[in-house]
Amino acid sequence: MMGAIKSIRVVVAPLLAVAFMLIAWQVAVMMSGVSAYLLPTPWAIGQTMWANSDRLIGGAIQTAMAATLGFAVAAVMGILVGSMIAAVPFLRRSLYPLATILQMVPLIAVAPLLVIWLGFGLQTAIAAAAVVALFPVLAATIDGQVSVDPGLREFFMLHGASGWTRWRKLDLPASIPIIVTGLRIAAGLAVIGAIVGEFVSGYGGPNAPLGIVIMTAMREARTDLVFAAVALSAAVGFALFGAVSCIGWFLVHRWHASGVTFMEQIK
Amino acid sequence: MIRDLPSLAFQGVSRIFPGGVHALKDVSFSIPAGGLTAVIGPSGCGKTTLLRIAAGLDRATSGSVNFIGPDGKTSARGRENLSVCFQDARLLPWRNVVANVALPLELSGVSRVERLARANQVITAAGLAPAQTRLPSQLSGGMRMRVALARTLVTSPDVLLLDEPCSAVDEFTRMQLDEEIRRVWQVSGATTMLITHSVSEAVWLADQIIVMNVGSVHEIHRVALPQQARDRTSTAFLLEVETVMRSLARAAGVVIA
Ligand SMILES: Nc1ncnc2c1ncn2[C@@H]1O[C@H](COP(=O)(O)OP(=O)(O)OP(=O)(O)O)[C@@H](O)[C@H]1O
Ligand SMILES: [Mg+2]
Repeated sequence: MMGAIKSIRVVVAPLLAVAFMLIAWQVAVMMSGVSAYLLPTPWAIGQTMWANSDRLIGGAIQTAMAATLGFAVAAVMGILVGSMIAAVPFLRRSLYPLATILQMVPLIAVAPLLVIWLGFGLQTAIAAAAVVALFPVLAATIDGQVSVDPGLREFFMLHGASGWTRWRKLDLPASIPIIVTGLRIAAGLAVIGAIVGEFVSGYGGPNAPLGIVIMTAMREARTDLVFAAVALSAAVGFALFGAVSCIGWFLVHRWHASGVTFMEQIK
Repeated sequence: MIRDLPSLAFQGVSRIFPGGVHALKDVSFSIPAGGLTAVIGPSGCGKTTLLRIAAGLDRATSGSVNFIGPDGKTSARGRENLSVCFQDARLLPWRNVVANVALPLELSGVSRVERLARANQVITAAGLAPAQTRLPSQLSGGMRMRVALARTLVTSPDVLLLDEPCSAVDEFTRMQLDEEIRRVWQVSGATTMLITHSVSEAVWLADQIIVMNVGSVHEIHRVALPQQARDRTSTAFLLEVETVMRSLARAAGVVIA
């Protein structure tokens, strides 16, 4: 019962904040008489969303696909390569600093290269999403696995466990809470990556992704449509982030403090 | 129980850590087959280092630790069939009690059915059956140690090395754990080394007490009381405690009236 009341409060408080923001925005635009080209009212954006729902939902599905696939590639690669780097001291000394430096290269600067290599289309958006989402997973995996309790490692050593067994039964499960944190950051980044990838790889057509919808709307001076597409990309980001948080919570809430309350996780 | 238990012989063991810390200097004593020897001494005198060398987790700078079979020859079996219980329980937080206790068997490739049967057996014997599906975070500190003790039993070890298993619990729980340690020792019949900083615990459990001062053996004390007749309040018991206490005080250089 207490739990239910608490959850309602946790859900209602941010909704109230959003509602307040929208109303303030609406009133401010109407009072100040700012042109709809510079800043449309939330009401007008809502109407545009409704009128263009087919195009926006189609775009959101495309973008969600690019972000999700890119995220999945980053998750698998990050965990595998991160585990390898964590396990081999030489790789830790050589590859980890390199990865840290590569991570500083801005995605928007690399995106044209992806187009050169992969051409125009969904694959480039996926790659762009994967590129930005990789580092947080990699870093979290490495950090998680080098900081496994040495006492537990010793216990496995004492019982003659092989490196592979120790990884499966100790290193990986012990680092899941930290990896999940990395994955949650990666989920948000993957959507940004997908949209940047769409900007440069511009595949249009009836199923144009949100990145293209935004670019086209900008050229047509349709600020209301830009806002509508931005709102949808935020929704895609939130959905991916929420899904990853949910899965993470199910994996660790029973034994790790980070999973005590689900609401803490999605905040 | 008739088994070829090894005795455990420490022969001139020294350990110098990098940086020049002389943790052990020429330590020699032996633990008879099936006996329980307590090692007691001031903090930092090298007890854990000694245990780690015996377990093969660290190497002596010079000297050796040997497992001696009944034929008087050095045998490798003791080291293969050895169980260690550390000061901290070292349980996997995502595994429940049964899965934690079964882990050593799992790591040595015992089939699932067999290891669960064996784990259930030691869990029931330790009185932990009602808690067997709980996670470590849902147990008290004392219970976690009992789970760790049950886990050392699951492989039917020939040699048991216990490093201050009771140091993190209160006096009540310590007494219960002492009962548990005695049971574990008697059930397994293993050659046992128990590190402790409690004199009364040592006298209550051990048949031999090694009193250490910094890095070396100060005195080896035999406990004459028969195991069945160890009543913590009897005069004979208290006299033993006093004798060991005096020895410990001499080792630590403390004057007691
Ligand atoms: N890995 C290490 N490197 C350097 N010095 C160490 C190392 N391990 C232990 N020592 C030193 O060796 C000495 C003995 O340590 P040890 O842990 O064996 O003591 P102990 O008798 O178990 O103490 P306590 O009762 O507090 O557990 C200490 O001075 C300690 O600082
Ligand atoms: Mg110690």
